[in-house]
Amino acid sequence: MNHDFEPQIIAFCCKYCAYAAADLAGSMRLNYPSNIKIIQVPCTGRVDIIHLLRAIEDGADGVYVAGCMEGDCHFVCGNIKTRKKVEYVKKTLSELGIEPERVEMFNLSSAMGPRFAEIANQMGERIRNLGPSPLNIKQAA
Amino acid sequence: MIVADRKPLSEILDMITDRDKILIMGCKGCVTVCNVGGVKEVQILSSSLKIARKKEGRSLTVDQITIERQCDPEYIEQVKATINDYDAVISMACGVGPQFLSEAYPQQKFFPAVNTKFFGGATSHGIWEERCAGCGTCVIHYFDGLCPVARCSKSLMNGPCGGSSKGYCEISKEVPCIWDMIVKKKMEQGRLDDLLCFTPAKNWRTSRDGGPRKSVREELAI
Repeated sequence: MNHDFEPQIIAFCCKYCAYAAADLAGSMRLNYPSNIKIIQVPCTGRVDIIHLLRAIEDGADGVYVAGCMEGDCHFVCGNIKTRKKVEYVKKTLSELGIEPERVEMFNLSSAMGPRFAEIANQMGERIRNLGPSPLNIKQAA
Repeated sequence: MIVADRKPLSEILDMITDRDKILIMGCKGCVTVCNVGGVKEVQILSSSLKIARKKEGRSLTVDQITIERQCDPEYIEQVKATINDYDAVISMACGVGPQFLSEAYPQQKFFPAVNTKFFGGATSHGIWEERCAGCGTCVIHYFDGLCPVARCSKSLMNGPCGGSSKGYCEISKEVPCIWDMIVKKKMEQGRLDDLLCFTPAKNWRTSRDGGPRKSVREELAI
């Protein structure tokens, strides 16, 4: 594990749950890694395969999507559809010899501030253990 | 529509291994409808290939274009000015696309990015099934809208065969026996007697057995 490595992580957060939970985490003064860049989306269903791939292509070490609890999507099934898109991207990364764990899907509610911080820490730790994205290593070399 | 599946990325990457500037061409026809070669899929393939190359530490320039149809010369002509600016072109259309492109631009190298599979339709979102074999002599009306040519594993004209069991074909427990369905439908409609008529052996000359086919419409030909 490289202790100097600070991963760049993109988090696509649904405005009805994860984004509000991030707000709550902030209000509760909970710590989570500052290198997680949050992108608010109206529903995780808005996140497409190409958004996740482009994040990796453009140098993100990890990407995750945080949506509502299954069954609680404001738009009925946006989170379920996007879980499948995340699975597709994981498969694509595997085909390309990149760790599929760099992409993940999480579910939480707007009341789960501590869970948001936990997910952010968990993802930060996971990517730190995996090391920099192979795309960034080659570029730096 | 023509239904296709995208080739594995490793196969596509092998095709372009020694090329550094490519064009990915999508088609707004059938492959857009079956979500394999439209604007979106062109973007996804482009990004996937660039990720693979970046991982190797090599650069890859990818341009994208999705034309109305790759099976019509007038649309193919739209890329005339730029087509030879690339080391290779990847076509995401059915098998017709790369052939029409190769005929129009003999100097360029065209690679197919999809495996063209069958004529079919979406039975539900994300699932496509074969419905037509393009045999050249349609007989669907004899079988109440169920085609034994495309949907029977043996294309039997007088079925079912001994391989039909509990409504499924012997080739797989997931493949329904179309002859079982034909018989059930005839019984439901009280027209089982229709099947007493022996259907003579099919003339396969109108199908692929007669060699490559051509359709000439005198009223349209210029």
